[in-house]
Amino acid sequence: MKQKKSRVVRYNKWGYIFLIPFVAVYLIFQLTPLVSTIWNSFFENYRSGLKQIGPNFIGLANYAKILSSGELWRYAGNTMIMWIIGFVPQIFFSLLLAAWFTDPSLRLKGQRFFKTVIYLPNLIMASAFAMLFFTLFADSGPVNSILINLHLIAKPYKWMSHVASTRNLIGLMNFVMWFGNTTILLMAGMMGIDQSLYEAAEVDGATSTQIFFRITLPLLRPILVYVLITSLIGGLQMFDVPQILTNGTGDPMRSTLSMIMWLNKHLYSKNYGMGGALSVLLFIITAVLSIIVFKFTQERNS
Amino acid sequence: MKKRLLSIVLGVAMTTGLLAGCGSSSDGAATSTASLAAEAATSTVEETSTPAEADSVGEANPGDIDTGDGEGKVFNIQAWNEEFKSRIEDHLPGYQKVSATEGKIGDVTVKWTITPSDDNAYQNNLDTVLPENENASADDKVDLFLMEADYALKYVNSDVTMSVKDLGITDDQIADQYQYTKDIVTDSDGNLKGLSWQACSAGLIYNRDIAKEVLGSDDPETVQAAVKDWDSYNATAKKLKDAGYFITSSVNDSYRVYSNNVSGPWVQDNKVVIDPNIKKWVDDSKALVDAGETNTYELWSDDWNKGFFPEGKVFCYFGPAWLINFSMQADQEGSVANQGKWGLCEGPQGFYWGGSWIAAATGTDNPTLAKNIMLTMTTDKDVLKDIAVKDSDCVNSKTVLSDLANDSSFKNEILGGQNPYKQLAAGAEKVDMSNISDYDQGCNEEFQNAMKNYFDGNGSYEDALAQFKTAITEKYPDITMD
Amino acid sequence: MDEVKKRKTASVHVRRAVAYAVLVFLTLLCLIWFYILIINATRSHSELSKGFTPIPSTHLIQNWVNLLHGTLPVFRGLANSLIVAGSNAVLCTYFSTMTAYAIHAYNFKLKKFMFTFILAVMMIPTQVTALGFIQLMTKMKLMDNLLPLILPSIAAPVTFFYMKQYMESVLPMSLIEAARMDGAGEFRTFNIIVVPLMKPAIAVQAIFTFVGSWNNYFTPALILHKDRVKTLPILIAQLRAADWLKFDMGQVYVMILFSILPVVIVYLFLSKYIVGGVTAGGVKE
Repeated sequence: MKQKKSRVVRYNKWGYIFLIPFVAVYLIFQLTPLVSTIWNSFFENYRSGLKQIGPNFIGLANYAKILSSGELWRYAGNTMIMWIIGFVPQIFFSLLLAAWFTDPSLRLKGQRFFKTVIYLPNLIMASAFAMLFFTLFADSGPVNSILINLHLIAKPYKWMSHVASTRNLIGLMNFVMWFGNTTILLMAGMMGIDQSLYEAAEVDGATSTQIFFRITLPLLRPILVYVLITSLIGGLQMFDVPQILTNGTGDPMRSTLSMIMWLNKHLYSKNYGMGGALSVLLFIITAVLSIIVFKFTQERNS
Repeated sequence: MKKRLLSIVLGVAMTTGLLAGCGSSSDGAATSTASLAAEAATSTVEETSTPAEADSVGEANPGDIDTGDGEGKVFNIQAWNEEFKSRIEDHLPGYQKVSATEGKIGDVTVKWTITPSDDNAYQNNLDTVLPENENASADDKVDLFLMEADYALKYVNSDVTMSVKDLGITDDQIADQYQYTKDIVTDSDGNLKGLSWQACSAGLIYNRDIAKEVLGSDDPETVQAAVKDWDSYNATAKKLKDAGYFITSSVNDSYRVYSNNVSGPWVQDNKVVIDPNIKKWVDDSKALVDAGETNTYELWSDDWNKGFFPEGKVFCYFGPAWLINFSMQADQEGSVANQGKWGLCEGPQGFYWGGSWIAAATGTDNPTLAKNIMLTMTTDKDVLKDIAVKDSDCVNSKTVLSDLANDSSFKNEILGGQNPYKQLAAGAEKVDMSNISDYDQGCNEEFQNAMKNYFDGNGSYEDALAQFKTAITEKYPDITMD
Repeated sequence: MDEVKKRKTASVHVRRAVAYAVLVFLTLLCLIWFYILIINATRSHSELSKGFTPIPSTHLIQNWVNLLHGTLPVFRGLANSLIVAGSNAVLCTYFSTMTAYAIHAYNFKLKKFMFTFILAVMMIPTQVTALGFIQLMTKMKLMDNLLPLILPSIAAPVTFFYMKQYMESVLPMSLIEAARMDGAGEFRTFNIIVVPLMKPAIAVQAIFTFVGSWNNYFTPALILHKDRVKTLPILIAQLRAADWLKFDMGQVYVMILFSILPVVIVYLFLSKYIVGGVTAGGVKE
């Protein structure tokens, strides 16, 4: 008994050893910038042209400024709306495909092809993707000509001049770029599920809906939690798609300005003070939401 | 500015008339360049290159420029694209190309560092490198760097740039340059800190067929009379609309015409001031958009380009020579430019568009070479004429431009045989950039962005103005509002 | 009974039809971008400015030749991108698996703290730290060096999190115990038993990391200024920022196409571990 315990302890020191690379690299490359971010949030510290202003210690003034203006909540709202527009179809189609691909009764042909194809859009860099989007959705572009030819609209629709259509285009681009990613994650998770479980279920006369909810979903739970949390974090940190599609403006009337785009605007003047405070607030928002999702999924687990 | 605009992703399908991307070779250029070259062949007097500072240069050729005794052996130049590099490669006497990013002048190695301007990367790089330049090791010191007008003052109004006087350049040597090109790089104490080889004065480029149909004639005087001031211009817009045409492709076309003619800088006593002429742009543009006489497209978008073709039904664009020569698709069958159906007049107010400025970085260990490159590239008339002929740059020399303007043999095919230099040379004199400020890049950009909301009907003028002010406080925390 | 069975087959037919319809629709949605890209790469600069047409043109070779005759070090850029993205994929997946294994398989005092800490790191927006990172790299004399783009990938919280979650579903402790009984060292157990079991997860994250690093512009643009170290996205941005005389959208599209091909190849190679029915390593409890 005693011997066994010491052996376990001996093994467990390997936990520390295996953590060394991560911790070392993290300390060297990321912690310093991170600490300075937090440190800077208590200072007035920016550049006017090339002239450095500060750093002057101003306590919580940066935080007060952000929280009192109410803008943060507006952009938080934008971010959530745009995220949901993209995420709902993303998770829906990912799960749907996951269900179909694992459903033995369907026996879909060409699965390999479909599974391969769905991730391809993610290979195109966002800026190139945006160029293609602009080509398609220009006033005189193919989408408008098709709609006009079908007599659905009388004159070209200005996609980027209306709040709803701009948000939806951003959601669409996020969806197209990322749903393959989610699906692949789920599929890789499903690789770990024993095929015989499905066969047994089918023999027992289970319907495909039952198989999906009774077998696939529960076994996928860890991966689903991962998808939910990382999508949420990725969504809260949404930046490149709206930034590129709206040319950094977040227009119409800043209705598509995400929180990170707002943060990015402060970096023009190298405003480490406001930028730092904003980062800390974003971190808090993200952490709170993530903990809620975590707790929610843990509870249902037990 | 043109390159920055380009670099934003929006430039979906842009426009150059040139086919090839292989260097700035003189052949293969648009029709205008070809005829310009022909003109030069007949009219250029054979002269041997005698650069401004051709005093003794050791073993180098007599035409080569002095690299300065005992100065640094590595000459670093920072730029955001290869424009200046190809000008140097093609026109600087004594420059030998070694590789895509290296060259030799005498025994000095010239190193080019190109950082694209996407995401502000070029300026971020300068902001890191320039303040540390004096402490950098000799071979890493930046000697020259390039700037665009919109942000030039940011560097000019700081110690990181050297005044040209300190380099040993006298007022006389640069007397032939246009004043506005100096205004843009003069610091708040009146020191000139950079030079440019380009004077991109611009005019109103109109569609001759539409002019004939609506205004009765396509000669520049008649058209100029119809757009001589903003009231006439707006009245003409209505006439065009009745005939089924748009006056411009976008409200953004005319923005720089208004903004180049303001009565004061954007920022005065640390406060943002909306100039009456800028407000006039808003009011005029809103009226034009509401009447369906123009649109709100981004410059360089697919939709903006449409007017380069007859089906686009666009009467005019505002632009300089490079827009005419390289951007209006002269080599594309069916384009207005291809048929030589554009004309040029001065338009309601004088303005410029584009240009690159050269400045010497404080801490340079090659002041002599920096000075000589700046002088040769921006004042040597042979070099400038050569640049005008081969690269179609509208060069920064009153003499060269007036020579070109008075050369009756010169015809631009895109403009139906018109010689644009008459208007451009006259226009360059009228441009006044004394009201430029450190904040122009941010203010111009954000103002146009914000007002688009108003034009599109997504907010009132007050809403748009409020958004503009928010954006400015984000970009320039030291500026106050109202 | 027959009736029920017939109804069941009928419903399978309907569901299969729906599934195919949706799959075909999604496939079109995914492939149309490549179609536009390829079409645009075959068009000349001035053809491109006329707006989109679905018919390919004839300038593909010309655009490519022009690109090669330009001044951009295209193949050098390709090599740099391969080095950065390749090492990122390898380092990131290997060390993230190791980190995840440390948390998953061992019990030590700081375990819970470390797990929470790494997850917290994942929630910090990278934008602001990026500029501090540049200052740090300047101080460490690592500018114009590929290392700042490679080494940090060892500490990748998102990949770690995935590996950890994946281990929860496929890595039974009994297997580890068995290996220990056989007298295998911990490090050896990790390399010989754990890593192969994690193949599908490693393949997925290798692809994600490779692609993310391949398409990254923001940090490389701040670190790499010399031609010999520049990666493809910087060269593309440079091509797009060209001056008027040289500006050519045809070349831009060819360059984009050129820079996508290697990722497509890497993806097709790695994807067989995910979609090709390679089993997770025979873990059956």
